Amino acid sequence: MKVSIYRYNPDTDREPTMKEYEVDTQGKDLMVLDILALVKEQDESLAYRRSCREGVCGSDGMNINGKNGLACITPLSEVAPGVKEGKKPLVLRPLPGLPVIRDLVVDMGVFYEQYEKVQPYLQNDQPAPAIERLQTPEDRAKLDGLYECILCACCSTSCPSFWWNPEKFLGPAALLQSYRFLADSRDNATEERLSRLDDPFSLFRCHGIMNCVSVCPKGLNPTRAIGHIRSMLLERGV
Amino acid sequence: MSIRTITFDAIVVGGGGAGMRASLQMAQSGFKTALISKVFPTRSHTVSAQGGITCAIASADPNDDWRWHMYDTVKGSDYIGDQDAIEYMCQVGPEAVFELDHMGLPFSRTEEGRIYQRPFGGQSKNFGEGGQAARTCAAADRTGHALLHTLYQQNLKNGTQFYNEWYAAELVKDAQGNVCGVIAISIESGETVFFKAKATVFATGGSGRIFASTTNALINTGDGVGMALRAGVPVQDIEMWQFHPTGIAGAGVLVTEGCRGEGGYLINKDGERFMERYAPNAKDLASRDVVARSMMMEILDGRGDGPDGSYVYLKLDHLGEEVLHSRLPGICELAITFAGTDPVKEPIPVVPTCHYMMGGIPTNVHGQALKMSGGHEGEDQVVNGLFAVGEVACVSVHGANRLGGNSLLDLVVFGRAAGLYIEDALRQGMTQYEPSDDDIDAALSRVNRWNDSKGGESVPVLRKELQSTMQNHFGVFRKGDLMEEGVEKLANLRERIANAHLEDKSNAFNTARVEALELDNLLEVAEATAIAAYNRTESRGAHSRYDYPDRDDENWLCHSIYDPRTKQLGKREVNFKPKTVDTFQPKVRTY
Repeated sequence: MKVSIYRYNPDTDREPTMKEYEVDTQGKDLMVLDILALVKEQDESLAYRRSCREGVCGSDGMNINGKNGLACITPLSEVAPGVKEGKKPLVLRPLPGLPVIRDLVVDMGVFYEQYEKVQPYLQNDQPAPAIERLQTPEDRAKLDGLYECILCACCSTSCPSFWWNPEKFLGPAALLQSYRFLADSRDNATEERLSRLDDPFSLFRCHGIMNCVSVCPKGLNPTRAIGHIRSMLLERGV
Repeated sequence: MSIRTITFDAIVVGGGGAGMRASLQMAQSGFKTALISKVFPTRSHTVSAQGGITCAIASADPNDDWRWHMYDTVKGSDYIGDQDAIEYMCQVGPEAVFELDHMGLPFSRTEEGRIYQRPFGGQSKNFGEGGQAARTCAAADRTGHALLHTLYQQNLKNGTQFYNEWYAAELVKDAQGNVCGVIAISIESGETVFFKAKATVFATGGSGRIFASTTNALINTGDGVGMALRAGVPVQDIEMWQFHPTGIAGAGVLVTEGCRGEGGYLINKDGERFMERYAPNAKDLASRDVVARSMMMEILDGRGDGPDGSYVYLKLDHLGEEVLHSRLPGICELAITFAGTDPVKEPIPVVPTCHYMMGGIPTNVHGQALKMSGGHEGEDQVVNGLFAVGEVACVSVHGANRLGGNSLLDLVVFGRAAGLYIEDALRQGMTQYEPSDDDIDAALSRVNRWNDSKGGESVPVLRKELQSTMQNHFGVFRKGDLMEEGVEKLANLRERIANAHLEDKSNAFNTARVEALELDNLLEVAEATAIAAYNRTESRGAHSRYDYPDRDDENWLCHSIYDPRTKQLGKREVNFKPKTVDTFQPKVRTY
């Protein structure tokens, strides 16, 4: 099958190019990450990130035939009709909207900065008990769909509001984490967390187009989390 | 020598659970702490841990006792776990786990609002007399992910200085062998820097990638063990590799033991629940070495399924959709993605798969690395400036076989212990050893070797050959002549790797260079494993030999110590002197 990969090495290239490779899959429905490994055996200069190879570490987010996803849990048969059969090329590009360091590796700096801005850690000014802080199963269930985020950046880099204002709009990943702590019964910094979001950009640049939801490889729903924060901000304003 | 030097009180190499627990401890106390990680920390392999962290927090059973946990761990280790270290881990454990909750780790909960605990293999109440215990604290089946993210978040809060996507290539030591820091390369820019510190903490994790089939992440290449061995620091019990019973056949992806804890069980191609024959009491929750061997016996006796009869099944459908989706949601995802089977409806094809390195750099309970006065034998001596925690270390709490859920506990307890010790030492004034320019040049020589290579075999070809050698010669069952052949093949690979070629010499995000440097480490770990396995002439825990099928307490109730300089295997005493309880005497081990 044919694979077309975005190549750019700042040491040697003036501009990026798409490079074509031929890979023998022996008809198997391999994961996109397996294809990258086969290409790297031919051409060791290809750069991409990878670690767990099972969809939990978030290293290998990339743009696969136009859609953001994790290479390690995207089988060829799910990329687009005809790709697995070799009728259509597999087209791999870096996540959109972030500066490219090399090939499929993007500079995630601004993405992590936005994550840090939401103070993504539990805050509780009451002295801790000698055992765990108790939490009901119902309160714990409020964290489901939030804590599982793997920081792969597929969502934020598919969001036009993040493309336009990556420094001012926090983006879906950071906002999901913001709500993860707002929703935690053990956290009592709600007021401060909300006031940090109460400006025209940090949260309110979300226009609810749900690109984040459609690409999230973990099936999470940042738009819904943003909606919850929005309601909390509105209630607080009344 | 003209590279930049960056100075810290302490540096931690590796951003998994152990490394970030250590760095957190020191950063909280205001010491200048750097964490060097070859990946962004939440990409570390701790993220893949599923089932939980075993600890007697007395939630599932209000009468639970850390001494019962200690008994299980000693027995699980096949009696070569150090009893003082196991005692420390099990006793301090609850405090370390409650701290994780206070940090925000989203543990699953009981109706009483306490942390949910599930049964895991090898767990008992009342020193093996009270039946199965439920002692593994869980965040659904994503406990490692929850733990790793929580620790990263706390490090952010406390100002740890992160060097993410920096690759630690070599230890820097002075002429006396005192450790002064590490050479590390910025993967993004290619810059090589000397990180100088009074304390260098290795938390580099395991090395499952020496095997062709492993549950380990692609990054688990034994970098810490490789660096230690090249610096002349010995490794202990390195022949002890755990094969996890349930890796997804073909993909190698882990399926948590928590599945069997929740009531799942293994069946052969005839649908028989075969563990009843091998472990009549504990059945599917016998310890991992026992279950993995039983599965292999079924497969070798022709009761495996699939085109080559090479796997058995893990049956979960009887637990019902609700339990599976609430307790084991991640497993359902992984089984669909990597096995094409939905566990709600069908069993998952599984096979024992390399999972965990019980051996590693010998340390005391403070994480201080140890060497032997006579190389591979003699008195314990501290390696000044060097610490090791987590999977890279062999403290040893796992001995010849680790119990499920004990690795996450090991990470947080000993990451914390090393941090506490170093804090104290820094307050009292710790020595900064100073390397000469020649010492630094010596540490740079390996990086330079690859950068100057002009031709030779490629890294992926040699790596594959190394992995298949380990898989075929040092698997679940081992045999003297087959291992001897393996040792020879590795000697040959050593020569070829020394002459291998790195074609891509560029600076920006050069992953080919990282993979080349990793290959050197894989080789060090593989060779140490091979020589130690060949020389330990008995079967104990995960080390199982056809030609020496019995445990030999007379000769081998001891640690093995591999000296890289002479390639000799020596023996080191196991600690049988816990401080607050009576010694657990070696017994015949049945489940």
